[in-house]
Amino acid sequence: MLKIEEMHKSYPIGNSSLHVLKGINLSVENGEMVAIMGSSGSGKSTLLNIIGMLDEADSGNYILDGLPIKNLTEKKAAVYRNKFLGFIFQSFNLINYKNALENVSLPLYYQGLKRKERQTKGMFFLEKVGLTDWAHHLPSELSGGQKQRVAIARALAANPKLLLADEPTGALDTTTSYEIMEFIQQLNDEGKTILIVTHEEDIADMCKRIVRLKDGIIMEDKFVKQVRVKQNV
Amino acid sequence: MFDIDLWREIFQSINKNRTRSLLSGFTVAFAILLFAILFGVANGLNNTFAEAFKDDAINNIVIWPGQTTKAYKGLQSGRQIQLKNEDYKFIKEEFGDKVQFITSRVMKNVTASFRNEKGNYTVRAIFPDNLYIEQNKMLEGRYINQLDIDNHTRVVIIGRLVDEKLFSKTKAVGKYLSLSGIQYKVVGVYSDDGGDDEENMLYIPLSTAQSIYGNNDFIDMIYMTYNPNMNYDQALTFGNLITKKLKERLSIAKNDQRAIRVQNNAEGAKAVNLMSFGLGMIIIVIGFGTLIAGIVGISNIMIFIVKERTKEIGIRKALGASPKSIVSIILIESVLITAIAGYVGLLVGVGVLELATPMLADYFIKDPGVSNTLVVGATITLVLAGTIAGYVPAKKASKIKPIIALRND
Repeated sequence: MLKIEEMHKSYPIGNSSLHVLKGINLSVENGEMVAIMGSSGSGKSTLLNIIGMLDEADSGNYILDGLPIKNLTEKKAAVYRNKFLGFIFQSFNLINYKNALENVSLPLYYQGLKRKERQTKGMFFLEKVGLTDWAHHLPSELSGGQKQRVAIARALAANPKLLLADEPTGALDTTTSYEIMEFIQQLNDEGKTILIVTHEEDIADMCKRIVRLKDGIIMEDKFVKQVRVKQNV
Repeated sequence: MFDIDLWREIFQSINKNRTRSLLSGFTVAFAILLFAILFGVANGLNNTFAEAFKDDAINNIVIWPGQTTKAYKGLQSGRQIQLKNEDYKFIKEEFGDKVQFITSRVMKNVTASFRNEKGNYTVRAIFPDNLYIEQNKMLEGRYINQLDIDNHTRVVIIGRLVDEKLFSKTKAVGKYLSLSGIQYKVVGVYSDDGGDDEENMLYIPLSTAQSIYGNNDFIDMIYMTYNPNMNYDQALTFGNLITKKLKERLSIAKNDQRAIRVQNNAEGAKAVNLMSFGLGMIIIVIGFGTLIAGIVGISNIMIFIVKERTKEIGIRKALGASPKSIVSIILIESVLITAIAGYVGLLVGVGVLELATPMLADYFIKDPGVSNTLVVGATITLVLAGTIAGYVPAKKASKIKPIIALRND
C-alpha cells in the first residue's frame, strides 16, 4: 500500500535549517491501522503531510499504491490527493459557509461528478456517520463530534485508498473521542487502511500498530493487540 | 466550457460573504459612477461648444466691405468699397478647391404680406450654396437652385417662424407672398438651429434681387466655407491670403483695417477646439485615474479575500482541487463582482446625469450624456479590469500550499 525509504525533510529557520525527518523507513500494508506517535517536534505531522502529498520530502522514496510520488505537478498532486487520500484534521477543516452535505460532496465535485450523484453519494456517507438529519446544517450549528463525523464522511466520500487522520480526537472530549475512534475502527474493519497521528496513548492503543517517532527517526515500530472501543465504553 | 457547478460555487461564495462582496463591489461601482459623471459633464461642455457654432458651418469665412481709412494709389480715404459679382467670381476661380461652398449675399428689408397677415422681415438674396453655409434644413419644398439664379425667378424660401406667423392657416408652399409689393412664389420652408432670428429670414435668388432692386451687380457680403481638409493654421493663412488679394484687387492699402473685413471662424474654432481637446484630455486622465483606482481597490480586496480564504483554499486543495479550479473561482468571482458593480455604478451615474441635466444647463453643460459606445466600452473595460484585478490574487491563491493553509494556529 505504502512504502517509504530513507526519507529526509528539513525546514529552513532563519539562516539555519531544522532537520525534521532523518531517514524514515516505513511500509504499510492494505487494511492496516497505524498510529504514529511522538512528542511535538518529533516529526509525526510532517511525515503525515508528506504521505498526504501536502508537503514534499527533500530526499527519499515514497511509493503509494505502486505509484512513485515524486516531483508531482500541482495538477497531478491534486488528482492523486482526490483519488487516493482522505484527510481528517484535528480542527475538522470544514468550509464554514457550506452545509454538512455540501462539505461532504466537495471531493466528489472535484472528481467531476454530477450534482445529483454528488448529493446521493454525500447523503449515503452522511448516513454512514449517522448525520442524515443534520445534512442541511452549517458547521457552526454542529457539535465538535458531529463536525468530525462530517469531516470523516467527507474523507470517505471520494472512496480513498488511504485515510490520514491528524490528531482526529485532539479537539474532542474523551467520550466523543471514543465515539469517533469506534467509528474509525469500524472503517478499518471494513478494510480501509488508516494512518492516525496522535500523542494520546489510549487512542494509539486502539490501533493495530504503533510507530513511535523521536527526533525525526522511528524509535519503535510494533504491532499491538487492538483495544476495541466498544468494550471500553 | 460553461460549468454550472463552478457558477454555483461562485454564487454561493458571493452570497455567503455578502459584506465582503458588497465592499469590493462598492469600490468599483463608485469608480465607474465618477467616471460616468465626469464623462457626461465633459460631453455636456462639448455640446455647449458645438451649440455655440450651430448657426453656421464651423469653417465659415465672411467678407464684407467698409470705408477706406487710408489714401492709396491716388484714391482718397473715406471711399466706400463696393463688392461686385466679379469679386465673387474672382475668389471662386482664384482659390479653386480651397473653397468648399461660397455665396454672395444682398440684403433688403421688406414688408411681407400674405392675405391679412403682415410682417417686417429681412430678405437675403443668395446662391444655392447658402444652404450648406447657413446649415439650413428644409422642412418643406425646395431650396433656391441654379435654375432660379439663371432665370431670375421670383421665388422665396421662408423660415419656420415666418411660416408660423404668415401662413398659420394654410400651407405656405405654392402660395404667393408679397415682399414690399412684389409677388414671390413660396417654394420652401426651412429651419435653422441658429436661433429665432435665423428662422425669421426670407431667402430669394441673388440674380432676382439684383435685377429687381438695383439692376446692378452689387453684392453686400460674401459668405464661404473653406475646405474642411485644411487645418486651422492653413485656414488662417487662407483667410489672410483672401484679404491680401482682395485689397490688391480693390486698390486698398495693405494696412487699411476697415476697408475690407474678413471674419474667419477658424480663429475661434481653433481656440474652442484646443479647449475641448484640453478638457477631453483632463477628463480622460481623471477618468482613467479613477478607473485605475477602482481596479487597484478591487485588487486589494481580492488579495484580502484570498488571505481570508487561505484555509478554505487549502481545504479545497487537500480535497483535490486543481490549481486551475482555484484560479477560476477567484477570477470569475472578481470579474463577476466588478462587472455587476461597475454596471450598477454606470446606471447610477447615467441616472444622476439624467436628473441633473436641467440644473446643469445653467452652468453651460448641455445634454450631458454617456453614449452607447461608451457603455459597451466601459463594460468591456470592467470585465478586463476584473480579470486584471483578480488575476494576481487568484494566481497567489493557486500557489497556496495546503499544508500552510491547514496549519492549526
